[in-house]
Amino acid sequence: MNALTPPQYARTYRYDEIDREFLQERIAEFRGQIERRLAGELTEDEFKPLRLMNGLYLQLHAYMLRVAIPYGLLNSAQLRQLGRIARRWDRGFGHFTTRQNIQFNWTKLEDVPAMLEALAEVDMHAIQTSGNCIRNTTTDEYAGATPDEVVDPLVYAEILRQWSTLHPEFTWLPRKFKIAITGSPNDRVAAQVHDVGVLAKRNERGEVGFEVHAGGGLGRTPIIARKLRDWVPESEFLAYMEAVLRVYNALGQRENIYKARIKILVRDLGDEFTQMVEREYERMPRDRYRLDPDIVAAIGAHFAPPPFAALEDQELPEDPEFRAWASTSVRAHRQPGYASVTISLKPIGGIPGDASADQMEAVADLAERHSFGEIRVTHVQNLVLPHVRQEDLHALWQGLRAAGLATPNIGLISDIIACPGMDYCALATARSIPIAQRISERFASLDRQHDIGECFINISGCINACGHHHVAHIGILGVDKRGEEVYQVTLGGSATNDAAIGELIGPAFSYDTIVDAVETLITTYIAHRSPGERFIDTYRRIGVTPFKDALYAPA
Amino acid sequence: MSTKAKARPATAPVVFTANRLRDGRVVWFGTEGLWRDSIAEIAPFAPDAAEAGLALARQGERDQNVVGVYAVEVDPAGPIPLKFRERLRVQGPSVAAEAA
Repeated sequence: MNALTPPQYARTYRYDEIDREFLQERIAEFRGQIERRLAGELTEDEFKPLRLMNGLYLQLHAYMLRVAIPYGLLNSAQLRQLGRIARRWDRGFGHFTTRQNIQFNWTKLEDVPAMLEALAEVDMHAIQTSGNCIRNTTTDEYAGATPDEVVDPLVYAEILRQWSTLHPEFTWLPRKFKIAITGSPNDRVAAQVHDVGVLAKRNERGEVGFEVHAGGGLGRTPIIARKLRDWVPESEFLAYMEAVLRVYNALGQRENIYKARIKILVRDLGDEFTQMVEREYERMPRDRYRLDPDIVAAIGAHFAPPPFAALEDQELPEDPEFRAWASTSVRAHRQPGYASVTISLKPIGGIPGDASADQMEAVADLAERHSFGEIRVTHVQNLVLPHVRQEDLHALWQGLRAAGLATPNIGLISDIIACPGMDYCALATARSIPIAQRISERFASLDRQHDIGECFINISGCINACGHHHVAHIGILGVDKRGEEVYQVTLGGSATNDAAIGELIGPAFSYDTIVDAVETLITTYIAHRSPGERFIDTYRRIGVTPFKDALYAPA
Repeated sequence: MSTKAKARPATAPVVFTANRLRDGRVVWFGTEGLWRDSIAEIAPFAPDAAEAGLALARQGERDQNVVGVYAVEVDPAGPIPLKFRERLRVQGPSVAAEAA
């Protein structure tokens, strides 16, 4: 097996010859467009929509190539190749995003065709990672592994990928469109703040169906999604999705970018939106859209469970440092004797979501050794090895530690989501990364982090909210105020089943004082918490006033 | 052509910035009439010469060498941008790991 051969049991979708042929044609087309641009035959106005359709942005310091990682699922050969790309054509790093994709921040235009060729070698590309189209569908990072799962969402995420890729009707939507799907009743995909959030479930006969929510979103106007349907049968899934997209495509406000997302349409139309979708659905030639069980089965074959051994659950070794890591990073698996491991990409003082080329290769090796060669990217900007033998956990931890990837902070205050912010992003109005770094350094003590318990801090560098600040327990939004960076704080957000938009607490803080403000919020929580309460529990019980008083009381 | 180029009348010395077409790197344009990698290598236009400077800088876009030309006001004491965003364009990301 060479380095680019996908491991036998990793559950990634394997391209066929038609897929590969298409990808080569697409690369050749874009190579030609790049050559014409470099030769001065295309202006930037002509070239920009072409490069965006291929995931290529022009950011603050350089071009950025955003690579699609379908539903955050990678095999070891793919991750190894991403590491190679980072080393050869970037500065040795990649940045994993909240859309479960990866970005290369130092791309040269002239290198892009070679980068795309390298991606194609492992069945990857950068198509539909930008533009007003259906973006990468995200899903549960523990899909196929978690005990609370009712339906494995990977099969349906792949069906959505195939349906939405180059869909001729939905290539020029009013605005970008993001779908999340989960197969667990416990929402780990932020379904209610997506354009469409799908919950796959089963009825009393064991048949698969889908609960569909639409019109959620963050950004300038954060809105919790509206439930459209409690049950869409599996065979009607694509027909119903098509109906939702059609209504949006026809009525979304194209003339105003700030009102063009589906959330505005759903908010404004209310019940009428649901009824319009139903009418569209009823009048469609539904046989044409029927999801054939044979197709579901054929795609399902790509996601067959790996050959788990018959094992018993076992006690973890006594090593205290290992146990501290395991207490946050190791999660129960549906298969006895196995566990899922979350790998923190949030070292203290590090850049959230960044991984070096060496680290990507190390994780690829460890995945092959311990997880059937399968890796997941989380929307919290971490990685997951979904299927690890419990007896291998200690060895895996040692391997991760050697790669600088064993920070035991999953779900704790330093496990921060942060967008690239003004350090990289051309749209940003303030920096995000240094704020995340300083907060994690302030709370570096793991004992203190464990004492604080679960606490989600999300940071966005502009109102577009790529850092999901609205749905954090403590949300931080960087804005420009007369040429200086200031940071607004929201409290009480949630991206799970009890989804909520955080409440703006008061006047913004400066770059120099925002970390102290977070410290004040935490000490206020500690002072008021009842036994067993998380930050969000205490906030919901006592409300915003004690936090506000602590932050803004005169000295 | 970039809409960012439509700047309000300058009240401070002005340089121009853009991204180089070939590799996207930040470049700077001053009275020397050449796009440079470093802002330290250029001299600013006086406020009343900013409009003429913009016309020269935009030639770089027409020649397809640079992308997204816009004006940046700088400190009269030296070519240091007044706004933080452009100071970041000068120094690169403020985070160490990838900035080398």
